[in-house]
Amino acid sequence: MATQRTEPARYDRFERTLEEYGVGVRRVRPAAVRETIESLRVGSAVGTPLDIEGAALPESVTTGPTTAELEAAETGVTSASLAIAEYGSVVLRATAEGSEPISLFNDRHVVVLREGDIVPDMASAFEWFGEELRETRDSAIIATGPSATADMGALVQGAHGPKEVEVIVVS
Amino acid sequence: MSGKSRGSQAERIRDVMDAEGDAVATNTRGFNAGRYESVGKLDDYEALKDRAREIKEDAIERLPELIDDVAEAVEENGGTVYIADDAADANRYIASVCESEDADRLVKSKSMTSEEIEINEHLEREGVDVVETDLGEWVLQLAEEAPSHIVAPAIHKSRAEIAKLFEERFDPDEELESAEELTMFARERLGELVRDADVGMTGANFVTADSGTIALVTSEGNARKSVTVPDTQIAVAGVEKIVPQIEDLHPFVELIGRSGTGQDITSYVSLFTPPINSPSVDFEDTDAVIEGTGEDREFHLVLIDNGRMAMREDEDLRETLYCIRCSACSNTCANFQSVGGHVFGGETYSGGIATGWEAGISGLDTAAEFNDQCTGCSRCVEACPVGIDIPWINTVVRDRINDRTDVDAEFLVEGLTPDTERSGPGIQKRLFGNFETLAKLGSAVAPVSNWVANTPPAARALEAVAGVDRRRPLPSFSRRTFVEWFESRDAVPPADPDRKVVVYPDIYTNYMDVERGKAAVRALEALGVEVLVPPASGSGRAPLSQGMIDTARHKAETVSEELEPYLEAGYDLVVIEPSDVAMFTGEYERLLPEAAFESVAENTYEILEYVYGLVSNGADVDRLRHADGETTVAYHSHCQQRTMDLAAYSRTMLERCGYDVETNDVECCGMAGSFGYKSQFYEQSMDVGENLAGQIREADADVIAASGTSCLDQIDDLLEEKPKHVIELLAPAE
Repeated sequence: MATQRTEPARYDRFERTLEEYGVGVRRVRPAAVRETIESLRVGSAVGTPLDIEGAALPESVTTGPTTAELEAAETGVTSASLAIAEYGSVVLRATAEGSEPISLFNDRHVVVLREGDIVPDMASAFEWFGEELRETRDSAIIATGPSATADMGALVQGAHGPKEVEVIVVS
Repeated sequence: MSGKSRGSQAERIRDVMDAEGDAVATNTRGFNAGRYESVGKLDDYEALKDRAREIKEDAIERLPELIDDVAEAVEENGGTVYIADDAADANRYIASVCESEDADRLVKSKSMTSEEIEINEHLEREGVDVVETDLGEWVLQLAEEAPSHIVAPAIHKSRAEIAKLFEERFDPDEELESAEELTMFARERLGELVRDADVGMTGANFVTADSGTIALVTSEGNARKSVTVPDTQIAVAGVEKIVPQIEDLHPFVELIGRSGTGQDITSYVSLFTPPINSPSVDFEDTDAVIEGTGEDREFHLVLIDNGRMAMREDEDLRETLYCIRCSACSNTCANFQSVGGHVFGGETYSGGIATGWEAGISGLDTAAEFNDQCTGCSRCVEACPVGIDIPWINTVVRDRINDRTDVDAEFLVEGLTPDTERSGPGIQKRLFGNFETLAKLGSAVAPVSNWVANTPPAARALEAVAGVDRRRPLPSFSRRTFVEWFESRDAVPPADPDRKVVVYPDIYTNYMDVERGKAAVRALEALGVEVLVPPASGSGRAPLSQGMIDTARHKAETVSEELEPYLEAGYDLVVIEPSDVAMFTGEYERLLPEAAFESVAENTYEILEYVYGLVSNGADVDRLRHADGETTVAYHSHCQQRTMDLAAYSRTMLERCGYDVETNDVECCGMAGSFGYKSQFYEQSMDVGENLAGQIREADADVIAASGTSCLDQIDDLLEEKPKHVIELLAPAE
């Protein structure tokens, strides 16, 4: 799935849907990933290594953090395995590098993904889930926009999870 | 039910409406409007619903096998599965897991099944500190209240009430006022409690049998934290939550948020395959590096029967197990919108489908406490993403409740209650269930019956004996019935009719609203149709609505026998009362042999549907009466008519005859047959109706029209303005 070329309409759709959720999105070349993350970083940052050719984390992002570093961080940077254009969702796979806590405990979540990993719709995403999860028995989150609640009388972002989500699509 | 207990029930409903009604109404109506908008964006909505239904039917059919598959998958993953027979069994097991972990604190994400087994109380008794981490659930835990909604549990509490609660419990340094401040306070507070939790508990929206994956549909992120932080996870789920494979989750993920709160998708749909391959987070060890595949993790899936396997064997309750607990049936229900789950709910579940759950899990006594809240309006059927016939489940349970009710005052209505019920539905239900007999008698002695029934002594007596609210004007009977009028008139049938029609003399048109019957005949004849109005029995709608299924079946058989000769001779069956159209094309399938049902259903048309068909096939629309200049009409379609997708015909015909039509988004008028007449529900019925009255007033139309007898009566009572049936506006003058 990672190797297929995404038609331009798919990215546009993804971008439009993300914007409806108030999620910032930008498309960059692999070489520009480092500076883009740096520009999106707020406070100290923790992250997981990026598995995208030519893309790297800035030095300011700590990988393999301790619990103290996780707690102190305001920004978490992780990659997404897949994105769903129709819903503006990113698929966050729980990994041994701590993707799940790192994408969850910070106020700002920066997500990095390959443009070729954007699938058009939920049906395609579930074909992928079926094959991947049955085989690996891994876990994954379909995350759409920031954490939210309406339990206190009005919609508030950042109930338990991140208040802000920023997406970097690597073309 | 005695007059006294009806009185105390009315009082309880009044108290809940006063305290919680506004918050519940605003939130549920918002969710409901959101649902329409959100599902409207799906091109393949109906196909997704069909697929979802198919998956559930298959899963429940194969449930024993799927339970084995889940157990195998979870064990392969390194977890443990425990099948609990009942709540006590589940609680014992969960407590033993906590004990072996030496757990001081368990953090929970929202789970209705855990409410059902009352695990919190059990663990607290065992000395485990249980913390609800869903913000709404946490508020209720602090307030020591029960959820009033299955998805948004604290829907009945206003922001100001929550602020006051936090003030009292925590005395915060800074005053908390806005939703943002309250949320951040809760986030911080709960964050602390999650940090050193020993066990995390979640429910499961779905469990996949192929991989042992638990799908959790959430928005806050608390379920993720509850799973990620502690190294021990427990998931509790009813056995019905199992679907065969991961791909089966697809239609549900697209439908559940849209159907419930009107969100296209919630923030997080977690697909956890526990024990998860992700490091646990030990906040007590600040130098610990977060890495690894979670080798230290332990997982227990507690699958709960608690009556479900018996529900599976129960032909009528089985469908309840398809429920995905989205809350669409609550939000779309006009009655629920007024009172919420504290009135329309049992020990755990609330809304229309709760009758099935509570009857299956807690028993008929619990279901009996709120089952009458369902008026059978049917709006939930199209809202339900798996198409459960929720009104039928309510009817069946009502019938079962009737069957065990002991009634000692039956003699009072002897002669008025010639039903075929083997036991006692109670005097109020029998009076309304046998409304046909009452109408016959009322008509025979009209107008005296009308004068007497609405006199204060008679109204008091009816209220005391049968719980007919004295504030509700009683229907006025016509001395000459619709059938008698038809037989007595000197009309020459059209020589060469295009079509032949039987207009069904439903009991309301026949004995009370004869004018709309006459209008139907005039309109049809003007459009070149031969019309007959033969005597016919009531459809059985009245007894069915009271849960008197045997009586309804008897009526259905009689109607079918009476009408069959006409249908065989090529007559179409035109019906004025929408609730009877619904009977003939819907419930009769459950009451009649297949061939008899098909014959009636295939030939039945709602009056405006038929008129529309005639005009579309060449009949001259100018033969109908047209609006006099610029005229607006506020039109309220009947609930069941909306469900059957028949409302558009009335609207279109009004427009074609020159009216500007204003419609409304009120799901049901609140009268709903007998509901609004019953003294225990009168005030609730008026509260539901006020929503409709407000929208009609706002439309400020020249004329008000409606389609159902109940709606017409309710609008008359609310606005003190007699509305007309659509056919009365369109029929040529006499």
